[in-house]
Amino acid sequence: MTWLVPLPVVIPLLAAGLALVFGRRPRIQALITTAAIGAVFAVSIGLMVISHNQGPQVVNVGAWGAPVGIALVVDRLSALMLAVSAIVLLGVLIYALAQGIADGPEGSPLTIFHPTYLVLAAGVANAFISGDLFNIYVGFEILLAASFVLLTLGATGERIRAGSIYVVVSLVSSVLFLVAIAAIYAATGTVNLADLSGKLHDLPGDLQFTLQALLLVAFLVKAAVFPMSAWLPDSYPTAPAPVTAVFAGLLTKVGVYAIIRTQTLLFSDARMDTILLIAAIITMLVGIIGAVAQDDLKRLLSFTLVSHIGYMVFGIALSSHTGLSAAIFYIAHHITVQTALFLVAGLVERHSGTTSLEQLGGLAKIAPALAVLFFIPAMNLAGIPPMSGFLGKMGLLQAGVSDGSPLAYAAVAASLITSLLTLYAIAKAWNKAFWQPATTEFNPTPTPRSMFGPTAVLAAVGVVLAVVAGPLYAYTDEAARDLSARTPYVSAVLIDGERGEGLSQVEVGDG
Amino acid sequence: MTASLALVFAAAVLIATGVYLTLERSLSRIVIGLSLLGNGVNLLFLIAGGRAGGAPINDGDTATMSDPLPQAMVLTAIVISLGLTAFVLAMAYRSWQLHGHDEVQDDLEDRRLAARLLDAPDDVDDTDLETEAAEARDETDDHVEGQR
Repeated sequence: MTWLVPLPVVIPLLAAGLALVFGRRPRIQALITTAAIGAVFAVSIGLMVISHNQGPQVVNVGAWGAPVGIALVVDRLSALMLAVSAIVLLGVLIYALAQGIADGPEGSPLTIFHPTYLVLAAGVANAFISGDLFNIYVGFEILLAASFVLLTLGATGERIRAGSIYVVVSLVSSVLFLVAIAAIYAATGTVNLADLSGKLHDLPGDLQFTLQALLLVAFLVKAAVFPMSAWLPDSYPTAPAPVTAVFAGLLTKVGVYAIIRTQTLLFSDARMDTILLIAAIITMLVGIIGAVAQDDLKRLLSFTLVSHIGYMVFGIALSSHTGLSAAIFYIAHHITVQTALFLVAGLVERHSGTTSLEQLGGLAKIAPALAVLFFIPAMNLAGIPPMSGFLGKMGLLQAGVSDGSPLAYAAVAASLITSLLTLYAIAKAWNKAFWQPATTEFNPTPTPRSMFGPTAVLAAVGVVLAVVAGPLYAYTDEAARDLSARTPYVSAVLIDGERGEGLSQVEVGDG
Repeated sequence: MTASLALVFAAAVLIATGVYLTLERSLSRIVIGLSLLGNGVNLLFLIAGGRAGGAPINDGDTATMSDPLPQAMVLTAIVISLGLTAFVLAMAYRSWQLHGHDEVQDDLEDRRLAARLLDAPDDVDDTDLETEAAEARDETDDHVEGQR
């Protein structure tokens, strides 16, 4: 069943071309996009089942054997990320389509929206399934190019301003990544992840440290970890609501995924763990203090996004089996919840024409359903007991306590404080937007049910994650065990430690 | 592995100039900076490929052949940076259309903090983001008229 592996990249890319051809027919475009993302979702679920039962699935592109050609690998972690991202992409797509139908031809997304959205989906999937460092870079560039277009959709003054910051920061981080790849190739002569996991170990310790630091800095910028997080709260809120939602859900998590992959597969020594742990603590605290100070709903949510990236980095930095497992669970939880929250913020903006918490008010009376819809993912984000946010945080705290070092205890304390402050910030926002008497009069526009639906579904997925938390935690446990063992991944790519399947079995002279 | 010192030197100069230009405010300088950075990194890949040699396709002799992988990577990187440079140029042009210049403005938070430091700290609180954003836009408009 390895033919399934490239499909999450191939389907959206082909569909993007088709959608461009049908640029003048919005209905057909919408149909193509929905069908493609739906197919990716089905394939991802299939891959999740297969990789869970049969181990990592490998495709050597063009039958070039692994260290020479590009290997595509789907293991448990990749499959889970693919499936969660497909759910989010589908939900946001339906929301965007409903918005277009509700607002008529003027309000509908531009012709370019659908192809770009599909390219974004392909880029995200490519980063997840790539077993090759350079191909991860290509995946990043695909999703970045698409995200540039989506972020500056309509090219208004404010979006161009926000876009320039985002574009320049992203390009600089890509250059850093490229430098890291060049250095790694110069040191080892390969960019295949499985091959690197063996060869990097033979290098001198200082060199390993330099290479690891280069890679990590590039990924930490993408994941928006403090002190490289300032670009995010400034650039995300200005984009259209569906775009912000999908960015918040997926793009930073691609960075986090890359950190997990390289930290576990390439550099197994705990060399950078202290630095990562300190970065995680500061990210959590600085992010959430920023969120408390905001009086705009979208900016507030952007700051909570930065802050909660800290939780995932905390789990990774523990580099224990339980820490990794909890971090993976937390990623799945956070992608759905953060996307749902941004979609609700979009509904609020649509309803009352603003997201300023000073101007909003009394929404609970006018739109009670919206109030409930914001309340559920908000409480989930803060980690109120029966929900998935609580379970994710619980797992991280357990992992932190069982680690036992003073720094891990500090991180546990920081994550508890962050959780409380999240509750404070988000409850304050809820009170101001929905509870306090309205200070200004505005004409509420009714929210169409069709936009309500996908938001409700995504919020519900966040809650359902708590219901299936048992099996999901079992799954992430196994994913984490594979990651720390490394052999399942490496031996699936390089059969018997030699080469991957393919025609190019001839030995090549060392260059 | 032996590396050409000239290549190392050229890459260093390109990257240093690129970093300097990227720190500028005007988008057109940033574009030039990013291109230089990209080219510097491409040279790094050539260095990573080891010694120079024959073309990998024509030359059957593996002993004198140059390493084709970094060349493939450099080609990919060049194509990607071409597309992204085009995008940044379009963005710079749009910025010029809208504001009459292509300078990246301070973000909203920076402007609010600056305003808070300049004015009496008490009366800033009741203005909200949108009015401040509008004021910031007005300021740039005045600035543009002043230039003209």
